[in-house]
Amino acid sequence: MTIYNLYLFDRDGQLLHYAEWTRNKQSGMTREEEAKLMYGMIFSIKSFVTKVSPIDLREGYLTYTTNKYRLNLYETPSRFKFILNTDVHAQGIKELLHQIYTQVYVEYVVCNPLCQLNKPIESELFAAKLDEVVKQSPAYASRPA
Amino acid sequence: MTTLMYKFHQINLYILTDKMTVHSLYILSKSGGLIYQHDHNIPTVEHEKTFSYPLEVKLEVQNRNIVVSYGQRDGIKVGHTLMAVNGMKVTGQQLEDGRDAMLASMFYPLYALACQLSPEQRSSGIEILEADNFRMNCFQTLTGVKFMVISDVKQTGIDNLLHRVYEIYSDFALKNPFYSLEMPIRCELFDEHLKSALEQAERLGISNI
Repeated sequence: MTIYNLYLFDRDGQLLHYAEWTRNKQSGMTREEEAKLMYGMIFSIKSFVTKVSPIDLREGYLTYTTNKYRLNLYETPSRFKFILNTDVHAQGIKELLHQIYTQVYVEYVVCNPLCQLNKPIESELFAAKLDEVVKQSPAYASRPA
Repeated sequence: MTTLMYKFHQINLYILTDKMTVHSLYILSKSGGLIYQHDHNIPTVEHEKTFSYPLEVKLEVQNRNIVVSYGQRDGIKVGHTLMAVNGMKVTGQQLEDGRDAMLASMFYPLYALACQLSPEQRSSGIEILEADNFRMNCFQTLTGVKFMVISDVKQTGIDNLLHRVYEIYSDFALKNPFYSLEMPIRCELFDEHLKSALEQAERLGISNI
């Protein structure tokens, strides 16, 4: 199993943080362009889902799967969006994203007086802790060498 | 307002016991147009009850349906959907005309974007889109026709259903000499077979659980 990369967007669609672990294909554009495209896609998927859904959505979690990867979107009540790309067999990603939010983002960004909430995250501690949490997760650990 | 009160004196409630598991099916042509759309609304178990005013159950609008929110009695449980009153169908809020076509064409670019933003080489587009209360499976044929089924997350065997629908499409739409490609499908035989395939999928899906 593999975890590919993570995007963190704030409520205005600004890319706050990007991290990648295993990425076999680059999109061939700058990071900002890619972030805009990703946010645009998420925005459209969300509006598509609310329209197509036979009943109202309860939680801010949705995933889509292609034949190669799975995109997991976790949206907090404050509309921060955590997007994690994993392989299709990864389990427990919802819990992992929740953990990243409560134990990494809240602890090391919200509680850090030096971090401005509406600016891209520059804290190295945040990046290090994020890396640690992701690498400890079973979805990352069980990947073939 | 006064006439409305009068109608409430005697009310027959048709209440749906089981959630339907396949909600709807869409077929998109290779250029992204909606060529077929089917809303699958077959209630599995119905209860018919006669109530007098005041009602012994509390109803509320939930998720485009009128749902029992309080007052469990005589086999009618909280969460059941009101289907008809005095023989008149209660449909809740319906999709407006043309909205389905718009929804279907919204999916087309998303499918392409999912390939472009893939972290892995040679990825396909979206095959399964899953939220907490429904799932959408999409099957794209080699010729670019997309079959989409919106179902309950608990429904199983959707892959088989999609392949079956593809077969039905080839047999009863493509082989129909009056059908022209990219045009909306209006064939009775197609409708019939599709309906029975959906029903069969639901039956199998339920017994699998």
